[in-house]
Amino acid sequence: MATTTSTQQQADVRFTQRELDGARILCECLIAEGVQIIFGYPGGVLLPLYHVFSEYPEIRHILVRHEQAAAHAADGYARATNKVGVCMGTSGPGATNLVTGIATAMMDSAPVVALTGQVTRSLIGRDAFQETDITGITLPITKHNWLVMDTADLATTIKKAFHIAGTGRPGPVLVDIPKDVFTSKTYFSGYPAEVKMRGYNPTVFGHARQIKQAAKLINEAQRPVLLVGHGVTTSEAYNELMELAERAEIPVISTLQGLSSFPTAHPLSLGMPGMHGNLHANHAINESDVLIAMGMRFDDRVTGNLKSFARNCKIIHIDIDPAEIGKNVPVHIPIVGDVKKVLQVLNLHVNAAKHTEWLEKITHWRGKDAARRENEMARLGVLPPQFIIKTLGEVLGGEAVITTDVGQHQMYVAQHFNFRKANSLISSGGLGTMGFGLPSAMGAKMALGENVPVWTVTGDGGFQMNMQELATCVQEKINVKIAILNNGVLGMIRQWQQVFYDGRYHSTPITGPDFVKLAEAFGVRAWRVTHRDEVARTIQEANDWDGPALIDFIIPQGENVFPMVPPGGSNLDAITEA
Amino acid sequence: MPTITANTGTKHTLVVLLEDEPGALNRVVSMFRRRSFNIESLSVGHTEEANLSRMTLTVAGEDNEVEQMVKHLYKVLEVVKVTDVTAEQSIIREMALIKVTADKPENRAEIMQFAEIFKARVLDVAPDSITLESTGPEDEVDRLFILLKRYGIKESVRTGSVAMLRGSSVAGAI
Ligand SMILES: Cc1ncc(C[n+]2csc(CCOP(=O)(O)OP(=O)(O)O)c2C)c(N)n1
Repeated sequence: MATTTSTQQQADVRFTQRELDGARILCECLIAEGVQIIFGYPGGVLLPLYHVFSEYPEIRHILVRHEQAAAHAADGYARATNKVGVCMGTSGPGATNLVTGIATAMMDSAPVVALTGQVTRSLIGRDAFQETDITGITLPITKHNWLVMDTADLATTIKKAFHIAGTGRPGPVLVDIPKDVFTSKTYFSGYPAEVKMRGYNPTVFGHARQIKQAAKLINEAQRPVLLVGHGVTTSEAYNELMELAERAEIPVISTLQGLSSFPTAHPLSLGMPGMHGNLHANHAINESDVLIAMGMRFDDRVTGNLKSFARNCKIIHIDIDPAEIGKNVPVHIPIVGDVKKVLQVLNLHVNAAKHTEWLEKITHWRGKDAARRENEMARLGVLPPQFIIKTLGEVLGGEAVITTDVGQHQMYVAQHFNFRKANSLISSGGLGTMGFGLPSAMGAKMALGENVPVWTVTGDGGFQMNMQELATCVQEKINVKIAILNNGVLGMIRQWQQVFYDGRYHSTPITGPDFVKLAEAFGVRAWRVTHRDEVARTIQEANDWDGPALIDFIIPQGENVFPMVPPGGSNLDAITEA
Repeated sequence: MPTITANTGTKHTLVVLLEDEPGALNRVVSMFRRRSFNIESLSVGHTEEANLSRMTLTVAGEDNEVEQMVKHLYKVLEVVKVTDVTAEQSIIREMALIKVTADKPENRAEIMQFAEIFKARVLDVAPDSITLESTGPEDEVDRLFILLKRYGIKESVRTGSVAMLRGSSVAGAI
């Protein structure tokens, strides 16, 4: 009798020890998932979670100043490392503030888990205080999302969320958690080791026969080009790409997202194609006989008018997402799989080759383009933005990671920054989200640590969309460097007004605060630069400064990004001056 | 259910097996809306297996567009299997309930006759109306509708198509 009781007692003790509330279960799961940083902002329904955070010092919570910045920071963190970034917002306005950041991550396939608080279960659907249907709102901009209605489902849902966000074609996943799911207790048997989802089985290895066919096509090609995108970065296929390009002597063209997957200065690098791409890159695509596209999705900014894009070639398309293949462009050889895994096999079948004639042709186009650029640089005034970006590349010497905002400065970075380090450009391409620059730099910096300088290049417009995050940088000691290309206008929009709308500059002149004073008010070291001579020195000084720093570069107003393909036009009809 | 718009391309019948998660149907339909794919009809119900629903979708589009629909269906996490049964030997049926005006005796006789020819069941008879149930391929139901129109249709309702392969093969065997 006595024995029975004691066994029973022991069992009870074990059971109560294992009985945890949802808030603690979530923390246990996040730790098991290796989460070290959450970018977030508290709110009423999240309080049960914030109440227990101090018990879990493994998780650092970065208090941003706006939830949008939390989502962008998680995105920057994710892109810099290919690990899942985590952001969090409270129900209602907190959750909706995450939306732009989630959509940004979706468009650029960044692995992000967004956690949102939801009102108590019994209040759901009654327009309760701070209730929004965030799973409904984010349905089209997440890879998947859940509303967790039972604490017992929390652990498996978190496991699934991280699994889905980080595998296959990465993307954002949202988990919405009602307040009383955080507070109610359940038996917690540990973080699940694996999860099964019948409907989710990404294809990683390409089809062997198709890979062989692709190799055959490449081996027979006279004028091949490689067109590489973010998938190269996601699968970390840098060496495999280099091997293919060098062995078969194939020029490499990169989308904006693919730019840092192949060194800019490599003789085979042709840079970016498309709307603001290099003329020689667009010509090369147009005259190629085999186009090997990988980890890219034929966005309209890349292709221009589809009727005139890559008309004379056979297209091989490698992508992990089957739905990308044939979506915009008909493809001759589709290969579904992870770029790295596919290239490892493809490279076994590709012969060493020389394409001397083809490269000479490209060199000829490139020469014309180089002359145009030189002209441009010489024509420009005391502080051309192109010069700043070029100098930034020189001073930082291939160590730094650059994030950008959206606009002319973003295109200057794409055109003039010398990328030497794999995965060193983080930019909102798919959604083109202004306000992305500073918070994504914060995320990248937190991910990469002290030894990697992280700079954001931003416009005076984009910076003003999330400049409140200077406070976060100071409070949390996030050592990011900010370069504002300050032209006093919404430059890219003004450029369109100039070129396509008769120069009616309505609502594009934009004033800003004195950015140097502003930075100092936040406790950030700052400089103003107005002349070429000061550029290199100031960049160096800011880079060496131990703490967040800002440079306000006063650039000429009305300077434009060329070449420029009119939207909907053919890539071969680029305008080179206004 | 998205409404029928211009019927471009050929009609395809897709059988979709999906897991019964909250919102799964919404995800499928939202995907079609977001990508501007047209759904002509949709029917959904339980299957022989617990936690698994089966949808039959009729869609119109060029072959490559339908291929895109299938690929995007697979991106919906709950979707386990999609089968395009268009080119297969399949049984495709829909059901209609048709309440037709029948206040003249001669009309009543004719309506009953048509019902017999089309193997439609008489479900209800009232002094001035007859209600029929018609089950068959879509065009057969269409033809009955056309015949009954002249008497005046008071009310009608049609389900979307449901489809199954002929013989012992199974759509979406997994
Ligand atoms: C959130 C958001 N709103 C509006 C736009 C449209 N837009 C694209 S570029 C641009 C102007 C950017 O101006 P600025 O930040 O000063 O950079 P610049 O082009 O001058 O380098 C605008 C308004 C956008 N991309 N994102």
